[in-house]
Amino acid sequence: MAGSYGSTLRYKNVERIKSIGKHTLLGASGEVSDFQEILRYLDELIIYDNMWDDGNSLGPKEVHNYLTRVMYNRRNKFDPLFNSLVVGGVKNGQKYLGMVGMIGTHYEDNHVATGFGNHLARPLMRAEWHEDMSFEEAVKLLEKCLLVLLYRDRSAINKFQIAKITEEGVTISEPYALKTFWGFLAFQNPTKGAEGSW
Amino acid sequence: MALRGDWVYENNGGTCVAIAGADYTVVAADTRLSVGYSIYTREFSKICTLADKCVLASSGFQGDMKALQKNLCARHLIYQHQQNKKMSCPAMAQHLSNTLYYKRFFPYYTFNILGGLDNEGKGCVYTYDAVGSYERVGYSCQGTGGTLIMPVLDNQLKSPSPLLLAARDAVTPLSESEAVDLVKDVFASATERDIYTGDKLEIIIVNAAGIRREFIDLRKD
Repeated sequence: MAGSYGSTLRYKNVERIKSIGKHTLLGASGEVSDFQEILRYLDELIIYDNMWDDGNSLGPKEVHNYLTRVMYNRRNKFDPLFNSLVVGGVKNGQKYLGMVGMIGTHYEDNHVATGFGNHLARPLMRAEWHEDMSFEEAVKLLEKCLLVLLYRDRSAINKFQIAKITEEGVTISEPYALKTFWGFLAFQNPTKGAEGSW
Repeated sequence: MALRGDWVYENNGGTCVAIAGADYTVVAADTRLSVGYSIYTREFSKICTLADKCVLASSGFQGDMKALQKNLCARHLIYQHQQNKKMSCPAMAQHLSNTLYYKRFFPYYTFNILGGLDNEGKGCVYTYDAVGSYERVGYSCQGTGGTLIMPVLDNQLKSPSPLLLAARDAVTPLSESEAVDLVKDVFASATERDIYTGDKLEIIIVNAAGIRREFIDLRKD
């Protein structure tokens, strides 16, 4: 939930997961103002889709494809939206998960990540993801990844939201913290032998 | 930082190979999508079937790859509406070259191979650079593993010199299954040494009966 400003941790309450229409969740990393602009684009898309009033609604695949085109076309104009987006959802029993980068690189897989998550979280997910995981197992795996990122990513804070989307609907959790452990011997008295330093 | 132009492109890696035979063409590409030293996904198809006798394999920057494939598919649909027939492979080859050169001053960062059957049912392979320079050849490979594979294909397929006065056909006399085996072998070799190549190999065989697809596992490291 952190919003950095260079090396300053400026905003500590940024909601980076939003629901789009009835079937999709969108998570973003990168420039928060560009994410807000993307949400405006998607608002317009969903409103126009609803106005047809034909019983059809945009699903996660459509949203992912639309966002890919938006990001790619902005990159073509040398005016990118500085975001990496995660698009996921369920429609008609079919689940979908994909990612779009700021220059339009996109893919679909059983587990995705942005930024540091590609280096730290994907290996954990590759090892432990399997078909037909229960929700509790999935949350455990995600929290494991978030914990590693909390320890190792400088711009992370201990405040997270987890969102779930099923055929029934969307729940985005309240912000919560993970339990961390800092009691390693090497961390006790860190300035030992060099009093006055940090 | 955004003033330099190098952020508009990235190399998502991958290798493509195509071999033309007397009445078939084999087009193959790995399915790994990478960025930097990370792997995004192990199951990303770089091959697009444009027409029933025409298959495009691309590697390079994935955003441009997908945009180019979509572009060509859309243009093929318009061609079918206007000309009441599917595009032949040589026609698509010229069209791809024109499409690439159109963006000569902001190129599609894609390295393409077009494979299929020509108007006489013989296998044809066209190889391209990023700005549309193309040539019909008997076999080709593009992408990050291209330099590792090309010498092996040269050796195994014994391409005749283009300088011969009685011009010899570049299509290989190998049978379809021999060509497919050769493709599997070269990819296994390229996977050993090229970090961007691996995971799975997608092979498409185009012949008179239609288009057939095979998947082979490659090393995942």
